[in-house]
Amino acid sequence: MSWHNIGSLNDLVKNSGVCALVNEQQIAVFFIPDTPNEVYAIGNYDPIGKANVLSRGIVGSQGEKLVVASPLYKQHFCLDTGECLQDTAMSVPSYSTKIEQGCVFIHSQPNLVTSVA
Amino acid sequence: MKASQKILVIGNGMVGHHFVEQMRQSDPQAEITVLCGEANLAYDRVYLSSFFDGKTVDDLALTTLENYNSLNINVHTKQWVENINRQEKLVITKEGNEYGYDKLVLATGSYPFVPPIPGNDQAHCLVYRTIEDLEQIHSSAQSSTVGVVIGGGLLGLEAANALKQIGLHTHVVEFAPQLMAVQLDEQGGTLLRNKIEKLGVSVHTAKATTEIVAGETLRYRLNFSDDTFLETDIVLFSAGIRPYDQLGKVADLTLGERGGIVINDQCQTSDESIYAIGECALWDKKLFGLVAPGYNMARVAASHLIGGDLSFSGADMSTKLKLLGVEVGSIGDAHARSEQCKELIYQDPIRDCYKKIVLNESGSKLLGAVLVGDTSDYDTLLQYMLNDMDLPENPECLILPSTGEAPALAGNALPDTATICSCHNVSKGDIVSAIDAGACDLGDVKTCTKAASGCGGCAALLKSVVDSELESRGVEVNNHVCEHFAFSRQELMHLVKVDSIKTFDELLSKHGQGKGCELCKPAIASILASTWNEFVLDTPHVGLQDTNDTFLANMQKDGSYSVVPRVPAGEITPEGLIVIGQIAKDFNLYCKITGGQRIDLFGARLEQLPVIWKRLIDAGFETGHAYGKSLRTVKSCVGSTWCRYGVQDSVGQAIAIENRYKGLRTPHKFKLAVSGCTRECAEAQSKDIGIIATENGWNLYVCGNGGMRPRHADLFATDIDTQTLITYIDRVLMFYAKTADKLQRTSVWMENLEGGLDYLKSVVIDDSLGICAELDAQMNLIVDTYECEWKKTIESPEAVKRFRQFVNSPEEDTNILFVQERNQIRPATESEKKAHKHGDENRIPVVEINQEKSNVLA
Ligand code: SRM
Ligand SMILES: Cc1cc2nc3c(=O)[nH]c(=O)nc-3n(C[C@H](O)[C@H](O)[C@H](O)COP(=O)(O)OP(=O)(O)OC[C@H]3O[C@@H](n4cnc5c(N)ncnc54)[C@H](O)[C@@H]3O)c2cc1C
Ligand code: SF4
Ligand code: FES
Repeated sequence: MSWHNIGSLNDLVKNSGVCALVNEQQIAVFFIPDTPNEVYAIGNYDPIGKANVLSRGIVGSQGEKLVVASPLYKQHFCLDTGECLQDTAMSVPSYSTKIEQGCVFIHSQPNLVTSVA
Repeated sequence: MKASQKILVIGNGMVGHHFVEQMRQSDPQAEITVLCGEANLAYDRVYLSSFFDGKTVDDLALTTLENYNSLNINVHTKQWVENINRQEKLVITKEGNEYGYDKLVLATGSYPFVPPIPGNDQAHCLVYRTIEDLEQIHSSAQSSTVGVVIGGGLLGLEAANALKQIGLHTHVVEFAPQLMAVQLDEQGGTLLRNKIEKLGVSVHTAKATTEIVAGETLRYRLNFSDDTFLETDIVLFSAGIRPYDQLGKVADLTLGERGGIVINDQCQTSDESIYAIGECALWDKKLFGLVAPGYNMARVAASHLIGGDLSFSGADMSTKLKLLGVEVGSIGDAHARSEQCKELIYQDPIRDCYKKIVLNESGSKLLGAVLVGDTSDYDTLLQYMLNDMDLPENPECLILPSTGEAPALAGNALPDTATICSCHNVSKGDIVSAIDAGACDLGDVKTCTKAASGCGGCAALLKSVVDSELESRGVEVNNHVCEHFAFSRQELMHLVKVDSIKTFDELLSKHGQGKGCELCKPAIASILASTWNEFVLDTPHVGLQDTNDTFLANMQKDGSYSVVPRVPAGEITPEGLIVIGQIAKDFNLYCKITGGQRIDLFGARLEQLPVIWKRLIDAGFETGHAYGKSLRTVKSCVGSTWCRYGVQDSVGQAIAIENRYKGLRTPHKFKLAVSGCTRECAEAQSKDIGIIATENGWNLYVCGNGGMRPRHADLFATDIDTQTLITYIDRVLMFYAKTADKLQRTSVWMENLEGGLDYLKSVVIDDSLGICAELDAQMNLIVDTYECEWKKTIESPEAVKRFRQFVNSPEEDTNILFVQERNQIRPATESEKKAHKHGDENRIPVVEINQEKSNVLA
């Protein structure tokens, strides 16, 4: 029960985000073609703006990292780890994803936080 | 090796201390001894009054014993020197201690002059010069309610401020007919007086105190020569300062007729082994009661002692300060005493300020100025005078309230020799070299040049110089849009045009790197839109937009959105108002009239946006682009149709213009306004494009701005007909869209446009670049291809799909909660949300939002 099918890849928007509800959790899901995972999932709640908005930010890269910029106050969150690049104390959970037969699956358990030095 | 010289310094005030530092720096071997008359080592006398704001003795200290020890300087406090034996080269203190010297430096400063009024020596008759004086004032104030300052000069008013701050009812008594007679003219003095009285300080001018006797209701009574009197508990003398030249007298050095130890350009007294610096020194028959010239003398003396060739050549005595909260400035020949000079005066009874400039006969140079109530022009004026720069043709623009025409004398207009910080003698050239050597912000520059660390008066000018220097370099190295594109916005625009690029991905793969970011994506989306005008929510563009553009609405702090239909020129029918009202009611939206003459509906959830917009569009409304970097509103006054003064139909014109430019995307948002006559009720001169009706047509203004840094628009053309008006606006806007940097409003664009207004006129009116045909064609394309983005969106099921909170569920965002306030909703605060979660519904009147199931369009 820990992988959740949130629907077809076609429901996602290339190079942008949508939000999925998994076990009462709001999860921001991003589809970025031509990258290792293609689909990335992090918490949708922006702990700085205190609103469920991360799925509506602009995605891009900062150096090697894929990031989303919060639409409220523009802090960057790493799509792989959920780490907030401006203030690691403000990091959000990240979730594993996989694509099977055109459907997108999200693991409902957040990834273990990789401690940041 | 030359034997180290034995230098003895008398006085450890600001200047004496500066000398010690300079001397140690230029001669690490010298044997330096300091005799400090006060109990405290050097402290910041200039900021003495901040003692009453809570600053401590330590805060004011300029040095410490440890610091002097580490510099290998011998210092003795409370050593008052009474005599100098020039033959033996030694000095004798009050206690009888003797100190020898090779070179003696007198830095004894000055003392407050106490007029010989009978009764002036009583316990609560005080002066204002040292920390000890302030401590006495403080303790005396404990048993007092009223204080009088005798002397309405600069220091007297500062002292009055201090008394007021301690909580005393304060009076100022001045012998002359006006305040600050040295620095201000009569009118300036009068205005200053009025302002100070408004602040609750009583001012008595033309009053000569004849005696101080016991009072009847308060401690003392001052009797005046006109048989009036004033009662008080404290008397504070601030009737001028006198140089401490007593040592010069006993040592038989040459003194000035009215005091002061005479020095030459090297700061030597009549005995070449003895120097005098600071306020005790008299140079060219002048005493200098400011710290900057004293510091300069200290540098000169230190230089001369090691064989250097600095010399003292006088100092400018201009001052700018805030007295009792009133800004006052005095520059050069404030009293207009120069021969054949002319005065230009601006007096503003509304903003309550007075400004005068004194010009030479031909009006080409500035000789002096008086500013009361507003010293914002001080730095510019001072630089004109000090650098003997030619004034603009209409010098009045330097003091008139900004009409947009005053050439800003920014840092970059000054010559390298211009002195920026007179306290530390830092020129613009010094700042430039500091930046060349790697200083990369204001803080760095301050640290390595010391600029602005003295009186602080130069802080604003310093910032302007540093900013313009950094900018001039910064822009060169750093106008790249971001790490993904090594191009400026303008260069990207060219690339898009030249290569006919239509998508972000194409541009990125050809000219960029990485995946883009929130800086380059919206900028490029705007370039693509103003070049090709394709629908912004088409698949290739949708991920480029800021969330506001993606969802065609403005995100609010809680993740909900606002809805702003276009109301061209603010003209709206009753039916229109009713529709908006009904929709707001049905969806329970908060309503507010905006500053842009239209109605903003707040609190819409993402999934409600298409439904709300469908209803608005069915009723004939269009998107207001409140979210886009595009036209906001064309504000309008009611104009000639109704208004008895109107000379043209401003509403009709504003509607036509709003409809023309409503689809245009630009580097930043832009705003227009049309006023029906010169009364300017639409505030057109604060807009990117402003239009004011005249008897003969329209006056066009460009590049104004409200907001964070207001700028008055520049007059671009007068009395033009509607056709010409539209042509000019088309071209100005298109030229702006093509050449401005990302997120640059027209005002900043204009300020950075080489050649400025004249250049823009030549491009737009005379077609000097030969691009007008292209600008016109481009604008016509945009106007012809306009479509309401919301109309297109609700017609496209693909686009509507985006307006769902969750891809996999019809639920709503439970974190968006409203409470009722003043009969409308507002977002719940964090604590209200918490209480709501804990089921405490009774206390938290959370509003039910679910009026209508939302995703009906999806
Ligand atoms: C709604 C409104 C305030 C109001 O309740 O009256 C408003 C609201 C916002 N303004 Fe404004 N401004 C509003 C009129 C103004 C005005 C007055 C005017 O237009 O006459 C100004 C000064 C005039 C000017 O721009 O020159 C103004 C200067 C700004 C600025 C500063 C721009 C500048 O150049 O300094 C910003 C920030 C920015 O754009 O970067 C800003 C940004 C904003 C934003 C977009 C901030 C944001 O990102 O959330 C607000 C969006 C609220 C929303 O959801 O709709 N707003 N804002 C006004 C909408 C007018 C309209 O009908 O479209
Ligand atoms: C309240 C106030 C505000 C001011 N605001 C400003 C301002 O905004 N801008 C500005 O430029 N200037 C201002 N000034 C003036 C500025 O403080 C002086 O120009 C500066 O302090 C002069 O320094 P100095 O070393 O020559 O004299 P001082 O700082 O007076 O130092 C002289 C020292 O020598 C000592 N001394 C004198 N005789 C002997 C002796 N025989 N033996 C031993 N020691 C002796 C004195 O006790 C004193 O400590 C202000 C002054 C005051 C009081
Ligand atoms: S002034 Fe500030 S708070 Fe007010 S609407 Fe504009 S941006 Fe928002
Ligand atoms: S002019 Fe006084 S600190 Fe610069």
